[in-house]
Amino acid sequence: MAIETDQQPPVGLSRVAVSETHGEDSPYFAGWKAYDENPYDESKNPSGVIQMGLAENQVSFDLLEEFLKQHSEASIWGNKISGFRENALFQDYHGLQSFRKAMASFMEQIRGGRAKFDPDRVVLTAGATAANELLTFILADPGDALLVPTPYYPGFDRDLRWRTGVKIVPIHCDSSNNFQVTPQALEAAYNNAEAMNIKVRGVLITNPSNPLGTTIQRSVLEEILDFVTRKNIHLVSDEIYSGSVFSSSEFVSIAEVLEARNNKGSERVHIVYSLSKDLGLPGFRVGTIYSYNDKVVTTARRMSSFTLISSQTQHLLASMLSDKEFTQNYIETNRERLRKRYGMIIQGLRVAGIECLQGNAGLFCWMNLSPLLETPTREGELALWNSILHEVKLNISPGSSCHCSEPGWFRVCFANMSEQTLEVALDRIHQFMKRRCDKEKLGHV
Amino acid sequence: MLSRKARLDAHGEDSSYFLGWKEYEKNAYDDVQNPTGIIQMGLAENQLSFDLLESWLASNQDAARLTRNGESVFRELALFQDYHGLPDFKNELVEFMAEIRGNKVNFDPRKLVLMAGATSANETLTFCIAESGDAFLLPTPYYPGFDRDLKWRTGVEIVPIHCSSSNGFKVTKCALEEAYQQAHKLSLNVKGVLITNPSNPLGTTMGRDELNDLIGFAVAKKIHIISDEIYSGTVFDHPSFISIMEALMDRKLQDTDLWSRVHIVYSLSKDLGLPGFRVGMIYSNNETVVSAATKMSSFGLISSQTQYLLSKILSDKKFTRNYMKENRKRLKTRRDMIVAALRDAGIGCLKSNAGLFCWVDMRHLLSSNTFDAEMELWKKILREAGLNISPGASCHCSEPGWFRICFANMSEDTLNLSMQRIKALVGRIQQCRRGRVTHQDSGCNSRRRSFSKWVLNLCSYDREPDR
Repeated sequence: MAIETDQQPPVGLSRVAVSETHGEDSPYFAGWKAYDENPYDESKNPSGVIQMGLAENQVSFDLLEEFLKQHSEASIWGNKISGFRENALFQDYHGLQSFRKAMASFMEQIRGGRAKFDPDRVVLTAGATAANELLTFILADPGDALLVPTPYYPGFDRDLRWRTGVKIVPIHCDSSNNFQVTPQALEAAYNNAEAMNIKVRGVLITNPSNPLGTTIQRSVLEEILDFVTRKNIHLVSDEIYSGSVFSSSEFVSIAEVLEARNNKGSERVHIVYSLSKDLGLPGFRVGTIYSYNDKVVTTARRMSSFTLISSQTQHLLASMLSDKEFTQNYIETNRERLRKRYGMIIQGLRVAGIECLQGNAGLFCWMNLSPLLETPTREGELALWNSILHEVKLNISPGSSCHCSEPGWFRVCFANMSEQTLEVALDRIHQFMKRRCDKEKLGHV
Repeated sequence: MLSRKARLDAHGEDSSYFLGWKEYEKNAYDDVQNPTGIIQMGLAENQLSFDLLESWLASNQDAARLTRNGESVFRELALFQDYHGLPDFKNELVEFMAEIRGNKVNFDPRKLVLMAGATSANETLTFCIAESGDAFLLPTPYYPGFDRDLKWRTGVEIVPIHCSSSNGFKVTKCALEEAYQQAHKLSLNVKGVLITNPSNPLGTTMGRDELNDLIGFAVAKKIHIISDEIYSGTVFDHPSFISIMEALMDRKLQDTDLWSRVHIVYSLSKDLGLPGFRVGMIYSNNETVVSAATKMSSFGLISSQTQYLLSKILSDKKFTRNYMKENRKRLKTRRDMIVAALRDAGIGCLKSNAGLFCWVDMRHLLSSNTFDAEMELWKKILREAGLNISPGASCHCSEPGWFRICFANMSEDTLNLSMQRIKALVGRIQQCRRGRVTHQDSGCNSRRRSFSKWVLNLCSYDREPDR
């Protein structure tokens, strides 16, 4: 039993601290590393790696900057002597009332007024990352599970599971029906969990979907709502990309489905939102939980003490989002610019011989490279991903990092760079495809 | 339908600590609009030096406008969500922390992890160090928020290290050992000791002997030390502040196992009076803790807008030095004011040298040496004197009769008024008692028996010097 001093285990830390559930050893993060070591720059490093794995929205900053220029009181607390002081002291977990009201009304505007949001049900958290974890702590016990449709945002593996001890059981979706969730897939996932003796506490959907870039159809939302009602479990709808739908009429929020049912059975439904994608402000850490369940609202509010939004930031954004003229213009312009970007990338890829899933939202497209796989396996996909990273110098996200059950799909972001950079990326893809085509032709000679 | 965590009341919000807040919210004092309202003395906020910050902001508009030399940095900040934190900000913070410690200790920004408030930092450290069902030992009395911060979502337990007024509530070797044994009896695996130094609610700093006893204990038991030094910048009187790092370095323990089991929590909420901005941090010599805590900080990052503002403020060394000096001076003045006024009302305080509050001895005003009597007195002070103060029981103090009274979250006039109210109430209580002893006053009849019992208890208490 003697242990060599230099082989002693590190001084006792928790299992959570030493586990790998933070997920940072996956390829998703390896691509980031390659980018960090050799980042593309138009003038200084034109042959560097172009980051297309980061779902950021950089297309509408000018609108925000213009607003800030015109409204300095949002940044410098105006001329009121007590402005700074009051703000600096404000740590009430209810959040600044003016900000909650502004968030609720912004969420209504995004949904074209088709759903109403009560500011008193808005709970503020430092980002959607925190909101999702917090909800998981509230809705499930360690060892329980949430059902999540695949493919899904890789961060969920950490956000929903790491410190909570809750499991994710996938609801398998595939390209045969454009990756839509079906009642059969829901049942299968539920039964799968039961077979493993795991208690299912809820379903978590992302609508619009990351990484698919599509909105969930109304009929599917109805089916999901019926399913969770039958099973008496929760439904979390992460609507973080709701303001990034290219056409205002195509997004149906779960809130609308509930209102059509007169909010019957709504206590099991909770919506997550954030300004990180729609407003392009991930650094400001602005997330919310909107729950139709009073106990969840109260508990979430108390728990939000661990993740409050800086009152300085709440003040700034309250000012911005209360300006209805600004927000209306922003929503419309942003939507239009994203649609244009999407059109650009789809066209560029099509010309290169690559098809994507028909998308209508988000900051990325779901690209089908399965015809290029050496073998239709995860390994084949990773090999292709590696060559795209190292030969083409593009960091894109392999479907396997999103738990996609079909190999060959990739998420490609298009809103986190200038139009010129996107052209460069598309050109590189074009060249890559041409080289492969030529190689194949040579191979057949 | 909801998780166990959601159903339990481990959030702690049904305690008296929070009930007082609720009463205050219903009837808040305002010098013009509600001069008979409740004065909030249960909130450890530092409102004394905002004028200094305001004037700095007026002369340095870049910081809040998110510009650097007139150029907008909005875009870059808006996108900055790197959990390693804004490098400039961390560099300034470690220098600031070193200055507070008289530059006797140096800090490495790579060992600093930023989090949205000390609340978040304490919880995160707990997640990193302990499992559900493990325990931390905490000296009593302690900050009521720890019951939520350390236990709620982590499932970790707190076992108290009982401290008493007999030695100024100092932590003793005996008390440490007793707490450890108690944890053992409860089948709890002790992972560490968490101290708050300077102490909340005591307002005192830990002495070298105390720190050495703690260090010896942590070495012997192979456990962690978490030192919450959130009030380190509020030390306004001697003895000077000794950080846990300084104590370790003075004993040349840098190359021992213990070095990687010591962690500091800090925040700008108390020293700079900015609780709303959510600026907390963990400092650890343990690479694994730094790595895990950094990833966990994703759940509570500091707004980049705020990191930028504060990096600018802290980079103005002339300003911060002057601020800290002036702030401490003002805190001392306030402390002296309240101590004198309380003495005038026949009330003593624990001798303090730090913090935003006094630890006040009202044992002589209790109707009996019990926590029920303490609650009774607390309610009296709330309802008859209109003051919300924190009863010792809410801080898990083992002796009834002690209260925490904050003095830095109001104007001087309001503080004076609160002292007048206390004096008046004490006068009434004592008159009532005198009345009971000498007259058959119907109004005080019901209390006569309990008064006599109280006197007896007090006398017997005085005869037990070891308590």
